[in-house]
Amino acid sequence: MLTKRIIPCLDVKDGRTVKGVNFLNLRDAGDAVELAAAYAEQGADELVFLDITATVEERKTLLELVHRVAHTINIPFTVGGGISSKADVSALLHAGADKVSINSAAVRNPDLINELALEFGSQCIVVAIDTRYISLGEGMPEEHIVHTHGGRKPTELRTIPWAKEVEERGAGEILLTSMDSDGTKNGFALELTGTISANANIPIIASGGAGTMDHFREVFTTGKADAGLAASIFHFHEIDIPDLKNYLRDHHLPMRMTN
Amino acid sequence: MKTVIIKYNAGNVQSVMYALDRLGAGYIYTDDEDEIRTADKVIFPGVGEASTAMSYLREKGLDKLIPSLKQPVLGTCVGMQLMCRYSEENNTTCMGIFDVDVQRFPATPGYKVPHMGWNNIFDYTTPLTQGLPDDAYVYFVHSYAAPVCEYTVATCEYIRPFSAMLHKDNFYAAQFHCEISGHVGQQILHNFLTL
Repeated sequence: MLTKRIIPCLDVKDGRTVKGVNFLNLRDAGDAVELAAAYAEQGADELVFLDITATVEERKTLLELVHRVAHTINIPFTVGGGISSKADVSALLHAGADKVSINSAAVRNPDLINELALEFGSQCIVVAIDTRYISLGEGMPEEHIVHTHGGRKPTELRTIPWAKEVEERGAGEILLTSMDSDGTKNGFALELTGTISANANIPIIASGGAGTMDHFREVFTTGKADAGLAASIFHFHEIDIPDLKNYLRDHHLPMRMTN
Repeated sequence: MKTVIIKYNAGNVQSVMYALDRLGAGYIYTDDEDEIRTADKVIFPGVGEASTAMSYLREKGLDKLIPSLKQPVLGTCVGMQLMCRYSEENNTTCMGIFDVDVQRFPATPGYKVPHMGWNNIFDYTTPLTQGLPDDAYVYFVHSYAAPVCEYTVATCEYIRPFSAMLHKDNFYAAQFHCEISGHVGQQILHNFLTL
């Protein structure tokens, strides 16, 4: 049976993971490669690396990191952050990334999604959507609105039709982050995720809000998500991946068990 | 031992190269006929669309070369589909090594197409799956699949049962991506390289 996927997300800067990580047994918890290998061994189904650097020099470091990760882990991994051209994507895929994730660039230039899908295949193009429930102006109702710049800047795009549009343009997956839930540990945005997933023919990776193992159960059932992504709860061992997978399997969700 | 990865416009095959690197296996990435003919093992990867890939193979004469190979050949993903007789993807006549037609997954409520992610394979009867646990999980990304047929040596189920692996004589094929299928995929590649 096709399983639900558990995806740890690593924020990287200058080739190292940022946001503290608290992995025992690692020589260097900041070393992204070592952390990636540890997650792969624990049964993570996939990894996402989010590059939060800006400069060209640092981008080179990212490519070196991707190259080292590809030589080390044997599960799919996605790289996102600051990707805005075919050349960026080509360099990352060449360095060994299995997929790339684009966000602001897709909002600025939606045709980029079509171009990337045509050039590299939909299977490696993830479109990340950061969304917030806000009112676009006085007297206007609150709606789910796409944001860019790490969720700080609202656009004029409504999230639900945008999700459909990116699929039609050739996205292979959607990484949906609810900025309202992100960091709260109060659970994923179930209703929005469920609406988008029910409406989509491509997988939806839900992100933002995971605090307990039951939050994952909810996002896979009520939220109809295909994958659940989280960062700090994994980094700080608040939830260990083998425990999470056992829990979800015991709740009748299809899981890839590796141990 | 000489392993060749066949070079054609098959999208991103870097992952396959990295997987061989992880196994410590050397390889040559080429579309040169002599290099391919003299290889001990041939890997025919594939990501992308069937008709474009077949036109390219025809242009390079690889559509005749590949079926004539005598050493072990492993086709993966679209590579496997191109080794079948025909694909519904843009109505494409393929190489016909496996006498079976590749079909699109039927639109079915509750199932997304592509079939993407980790799924278990079962009913293995091939040397390539030696050492695998029962119901091993591998990583799939595809919208088309070969039905279960006389060459099926591993089955998977999504909407309906389909061929996860095929085998006939020296030709082996996997619908999933061995190169990113964890230890299971690594074992399969290792088994192929040590045939």
